[in-house]
Amino acid sequence: MTISLHVNGILKTVDVPDENTPLLWVVRDLLELKGTKFGCGKAACGACTLHVDGEAVRSCSYPVKFARDKQITTIEGLGSPENPHPVQQAWIEEVVPQCGYCQPGFMMATAALLKKIPRPTDTDIDNNIVNVCRCATYYRMRKAIHRAAEIQQESTEKPIT
Amino acid sequence: MKKFFPPLFLLCALALGIVVVFSNTVSSTYVPKPDANLTVTDNEPFDKMMQVLTHERCVNCHPNDGIPKQGADGHPHHFGIAGGPNNTGFEATNCATCHQSENNPYSGVPGAPEWSLAPASMQWEGLSRTEIATSMMDPERNGGRSPEETMHHLTEHELVLWAWKPGVDADGNPRTPPHVPKEEYIAAVKAWFHQGHIIPSE
Repeated sequence: MTISLHVNGILKTVDVPDENTPLLWVVRDLLELKGTKFGCGKAACGACTLHVDGEAVRSCSYPVKFARDKQITTIEGLGSPENPHPVQQAWIEEVVPQCGYCQPGFMMATAALLKKIPRPTDTDIDNNIVNVCRCATYYRMRKAIHRAAEIQQESTEKPIT
Repeated sequence: MKKFFPPLFLLCALALGIVVVFSNTVSSTYVPKPDANLTVTDNEPFDKMMQVLTHERCVNCHPNDGIPKQGADGHPHHFGIAGGPNNTGFEATNCATCHQSENNPYSGVPGAPEWSLAPASMQWEGLSRTEIATSMMDPERNGGRSPEETMHHLTEHELVLWAWKPGVDADGNPRTPPHVPKEEYIAAVKAWFHQGHIIPSE
């Protein structure tokens, strides 16, 4: 079965034998974008979080057939070393990762949160960032989320020159 | 003194009478009791309907604390998930983050169209059968539904009927559907409404 989807702004067409193949495997194994991680395979840990039409989804539990013609954003498309996303910038500033495996999922979930709630409270973070980190970097992530919100606000307030 | 000897026919008649009376007594004792599974009663449609509506497939999404429940034991949804302001979770992490419009056989995540919690007014968790029925028929609590609309919701809404195709759980084991087959349930609900949706006492 052939399915077209836009991944990080680029139209991709993939052939999959099963339309229920998890989007995670399409992204990682067919498109070779290894930043999105496999954690539990049960939509529980959030390591596989990416965006479908701007919404955070657990890609291990998202059949690729539902991604047809949609905009997919992975951690590779969130920003770049030269122009990092506010979340990526904050993660660097706060030295969040420890082993790092779960961090792409957390960053994608946070990016989705900041689109909906530009200045999240601790309660907003508790409600929306429910991924799992075995290194327990939660405290640093909370600081980084608040910092990312500041960076995002600063960038939008920056006068156009 | 002359002994009294009753006529033989009288003795026979007396003996026969005792046998008859005794036989009647014995036979009435052994009349089979009504079989609750077979006997049709006025409350049968209500009973069948409530067997389903009190099943975990239904109650898990009609919580009394805004927190969806999971599994046969009705434990709180893992990872602190809650219904949030609109019964679909929160702004960036909501039901659709994990639940799609159909069950996922790979992850074991259940799914159906309009996957969401019932509104707070429709909380059933912890209520008795009659309390659930009373709540269900109260327009103040059932989303303003008329009896006919409630009947349609109970018998046609895809999210309700998902209970009979609940898929597998995270371990790959089939979830338990309600014990009453779907068609029997639908017939029972319609019968209960057509008979005046009378809620029996506890």
